[in-house]
Amino acid sequence: MNKGKTSFNMKMFTRDANFVRLFIVFIAVFIACCALKGSQFLNAGNFESMVKQFPEYGLLAVAIGLALLIGGIDLSAVYIANLSSIIAGRFLIAIAGEGASEGTVYAMIFASFLVAVVIGILAGALNGYLISGFGIPAMLATLGTQSLFWGFGVVLTGGSSMSGFPTQLASVVNGSIGFIPVTVVIFTVACVVVGLIVSRTVLGRQMKMYGTNNKATTYAGLNNMKLVITTHVIAGVLASLSGIIMWGRYSSCRADNGSAYTMQAILIAVMGGVSPNGGKGNVQGVVLAVLIIQMVSSLLNMFNNIPSACRQIIWGGLLLAVMIFNYVVDSRAKRH
Amino acid sequence: MSENIIKITGVKKYFGGVKALDGVDLVVKKGEVHCLAGENGCGKSTIINVISGFYAPDAGTVEIDGKVYPKLTTQAAIDAGVQVIYQDLSVFPNLTVRENLALTMEVADGKKFVSKKRFNEIALQALSKIDFKVDLDEMVENLTVADKQLIAISRALLNNAKLIIMDEPTTAITQKEVKNLFGVIRDLQKQGIAVLFVSHKLDEVFEIAEHFTIFRSGKNVFSGKTEELDEKKFTYYMTGREIQEEPFSYAAKSGAKTVLEVKNLSLANGFADCSFSLKEGEILGITGLLGSGRTELAETIFGYHQAQSGEILIDGKKVEIKSVKDGIKNGIGYVPPERNVQGLFMEQSIADNISITRWKDHSNGLGFINEASIDDSVASWVKELSIKINDPADNMRTLSGGNAQKCVLAKWLSLENLKVLILNGPTVGVDIGAKYDIYKLTKRLAADGLAVIIISDDIREVLSNCNRVLVMRQGRLVEERMTSELDEASLSALSVEY
Amino acid sequence: MNLKKITKKTEFYIAVIILVFCILVQLRSGQFFTNNNIVDLLRSMTIPMMFCVGEMMVLISGGVDCSFPAIASLSMYFVCTRMDGMFGNPLPYFLVAILLGLMMGALNGFIVAKFKFPAMIVTLGTSSLFLGIMQGILGSSEYPLTSALNALGTTKILTATNAQSGLTSELPIHFVFMVILIVATWFLMNKTMLGRAIYAVGGDEVAAARAGFNVFGTRMFIFCLSGALAGFIGVCRASMLLTVSPNNMIGMEMDVIAACVLGGVSLVGGRGGIIGAVLGTALMTIVSNSLILLGVSTQWSRVFTGVIIIVGTAVSAIQEQRRKKKLFVTVSAKPEV
Repeated sequence: MNKGKTSFNMKMFTRDANFVRLFIVFIAVFIACCALKGSQFLNAGNFESMVKQFPEYGLLAVAIGLALLIGGIDLSAVYIANLSSIIAGRFLIAIAGEGASEGTVYAMIFASFLVAVVIGILAGALNGYLISGFGIPAMLATLGTQSLFWGFGVVLTGGSSMSGFPTQLASVVNGSIGFIPVTVVIFTVACVVVGLIVSRTVLGRQMKMYGTNNKATTYAGLNNMKLVITTHVIAGVLASLSGIIMWGRYSSCRADNGSAYTMQAILIAVMGGVSPNGGKGNVQGVVLAVLIIQMVSSLLNMFNNIPSACRQIIWGGLLLAVMIFNYVVDSRAKRH
Repeated sequence: MSENIIKITGVKKYFGGVKALDGVDLVVKKGEVHCLAGENGCGKSTIINVISGFYAPDAGTVEIDGKVYPKLTTQAAIDAGVQVIYQDLSVFPNLTVRENLALTMEVADGKKFVSKKRFNEIALQALSKIDFKVDLDEMVENLTVADKQLIAISRALLNNAKLIIMDEPTTAITQKEVKNLFGVIRDLQKQGIAVLFVSHKLDEVFEIAEHFTIFRSGKNVFSGKTEELDEKKFTYYMTGREIQEEPFSYAAKSGAKTVLEVKNLSLANGFADCSFSLKEGEILGITGLLGSGRTELAETIFGYHQAQSGEILIDGKKVEIKSVKDGIKNGIGYVPPERNVQGLFMEQSIADNISITRWKDHSNGLGFINEASIDDSVASWVKELSIKINDPADNMRTLSGGNAQKCVLAKWLSLENLKVLILNGPTVGVDIGAKYDIYKLTKRLAADGLAVIIISDDIREVLSNCNRVLVMRQGRLVEERMTSELDEASLSALSVEY
Repeated sequence: MNLKKITKKTEFYIAVIILVFCILVQLRSGQFFTNNNIVDLLRSMTIPMMFCVGEMMVLISGGVDCSFPAIASLSMYFVCTRMDGMFGNPLPYFLVAILLGLMMGALNGFIVAKFKFPAMIVTLGTSSLFLGIMQGILGSSEYPLTSALNALGTTKILTATNAQSGLTSELPIHFVFMVILIVATWFLMNKTMLGRAIYAVGGDEVAAARAGFNVFGTRMFIFCLSGALAGFIGVCRASMLLTVSPNNMIGMEMDVIAACVLGGVSLVGGRGGIIGAVLGTALMTIVSNSLILLGVSTQWSRVFTGVIIIVGTAVSAIQEQRRKKKLFVTVSAKPEV
């Protein structure tokens, strides 16, 4: 077989019909934005603010997408994000005394980021263990841990917002590498890594197989428990990265930041082509869905007469519409 | 009034691209015991689901008691007097025996409220029909397969049925219970009730049926009186081949190694004290009723269950098999009985389904899969087993039962260290062409030195493919025979319970 | 039913745990078994209990409804703000709210039953939709309660005064509604064929269809019922609190689902019953209300809820796993010869 590299890629592209559809929607939304609010939309300030907003919930969408991919869900992701930043925040305040040199403060900030990621790993492992070790349905297990992580967050912050971090924190997270904001770099690197894992590695393939039929994976000799725990650990790390971004952006952390993100992240993941029944999906689709949602969201902001709560109507309606659309497309494909 | 209780004309049914029924006819007269025969995958179960209103046919007409039903629903079929004992039993695991027995009738009567008294009466009446004793308050999920089957049978006998369809009703029950059932069928017949009996146990159908319809590959091949058939003709109609498959002959090569040895293996509520051995190149049959422990034994050797005591030896060395992974590591492959649930990932690609056990071997240190080498491996297995596919990237769902089963086989055969292949019900839901491919393949594999175990309740399958057969009864290995010493009747007699 | 069977049930364990916990709180604080504490507990479990009854039926049918707080909030908010002062009798408010809830439930039911999507994701989606309509279109701010409902809300059936502390607690009329609802649900689930249909569909959908049950209809019914109940409970909630606060039911779905599962209602359908659901809710309410008596800061209450959910669901998940792994071969006692 003499398949050239390009033709192979073309084949991948046409095979992923959902990605093509998303890409068309992406272009259509972009054109709509330009047409409706051209001057406001196509301006550097708007792009800057869009770019600042999406990484935090984009990472959560990828995290929840992974949980959906293995046929489960992660309702605790947002609270993993908050708890990891709260613990990292307490760590940073504890070690960053007055009068530390600039360099030491930066080192401490990075150390606290590391703490956040470790918390993400532990929290994800707990989720994974509850699901696979005890057989608790993912929805209930992550509901329980949602309450738990949220609760610990409340206890550690006294229920209010925690601040008073070194100013360097904000400058690290809100800074840029070249002209690319740090948050976008984090988002991109995370998505590339997870995207490769999902589509190119043994682990990613196994996740999809598990998501389709976890009885058959047992009969094929796969280690289901390891698989579920690993998936949730990755989701936990993504959530903690999101937590770091929110922490730096607001220079404060709270136990209940971004509560609305759970719903939004599920919408994005499903819209991005992750099957709510498990077993299907990829990261590039989710990323495209993140960008679409961000554009729609920014566009809505430009209409002063649309209350922000209407966004919920759109998100909910869109989720159902996308699911029904995919269902119709799928059942047509099945008939062939 | 029609003299036919059921008249099916030109019914077609497709699943995806697969023709399950390709224009079949079936006529059952009132008060007749009619046998619907055919090999696995001929469309028997599909036609039953059409008659019961569960599947809508893609073409053709269904006429019950002289009335044509363009859109038959399950409720309408029940109202018209059709009762079915489904092969999968269709009982409610979460409800009590009493409710399982009474619900269908109460729904049919349009009852709105539950009356324990009435439920009790119905349940007791149902059980008395086949002289079956069971605790009415027990949850059905806590019963054995045999008891569940008896519940499905007694439930169907209850209603004022005009036609009772029995799809493999005797796979789990004892000889005595079969006799009871046949007594009931004869009584029903006297009352003018027709019975459509589906079974692949030859002795049973010849004993009870007056009329035969035989399907092959979704088409009619025979319809007539029992007297018109003898075993040879029957076999011809079933298989479409004049000459019967050459039975498997195993010539023990000198120095053939014992590959698998099982010593006193036991598992609570599974089986007890099982010992046997298997040489390379042998095909060993294991037969027995459903619920005799045959599946549990196979799955314990494979590592799905963990034995409580006893030993498993591979190539003469004792091995610890505590998980499926251990089983695979020791060269054991297992084709499970419920292909779509246990063996395959229906919504994933054919390539992934075949290659899943080999991904680790085709990847680098970071876990990145070498797509090209996987593709090559899949392509070679597709060719080797002549699996009919368009594109390995297509969904598994697009394949017929036979091709799907070959994919399961390919998954295990691609293991380089495969020593023992266990096939549990290898041809259930497999079309006839693929079925003989699988038989041929199995024999060839054995000739190449693989040790094979076939678990089946299809007696002819065991006889024509195995050189040796073990019979299980109530969790114990009770007989071991050479197939050359047996015929269908004698093996069938050995495998039933009394 | 014999004693052995009873002790095997989840309900039995939950009852024992509740009892042990109550005694512990009593020993620690001396305040648990006082008349006003008991009345307080009954009062605060009224609304969750009613929600739990609705959710239990959905769970038994094999679905899940995460949208009932949104349905309750939207119906309640609509009738309280858009029909303020129109009637002197509370009944029309309830009826309209029930009707609105029914319509929203029908939307859930249709999408779930028709397309066979995961009910959780569908109802999370509709939940967002309904809340968006309430907050975005109706505009959600606190609002005074209309007089007819206010009158209902101040109707008490019981007032308890603690002799020692002088604290009084009152039990509102809604407690009676709750009791009626529990009894009616028990009747529906156990004494009607519809109830049996719900169990049958949750236990094995294919077998239910073959037995002649209307699977689509049953699923539709259950989501409509859940919606209608939510509308009713929403108005109850407002009249109990004597104010229209649109956002204070949001998030209750998770505690309610957890309470059901805690009481032995299976998330995969077909298993569980009203007694379990009631006990599960009781346990959740008692624990979160007793933290103060135990001297634990209220900041810990979420942690406790999380722990209860995890431990409770782990117990039933382990039982479920055992049931699945159970083998059923009758192994003969002696080897045959």
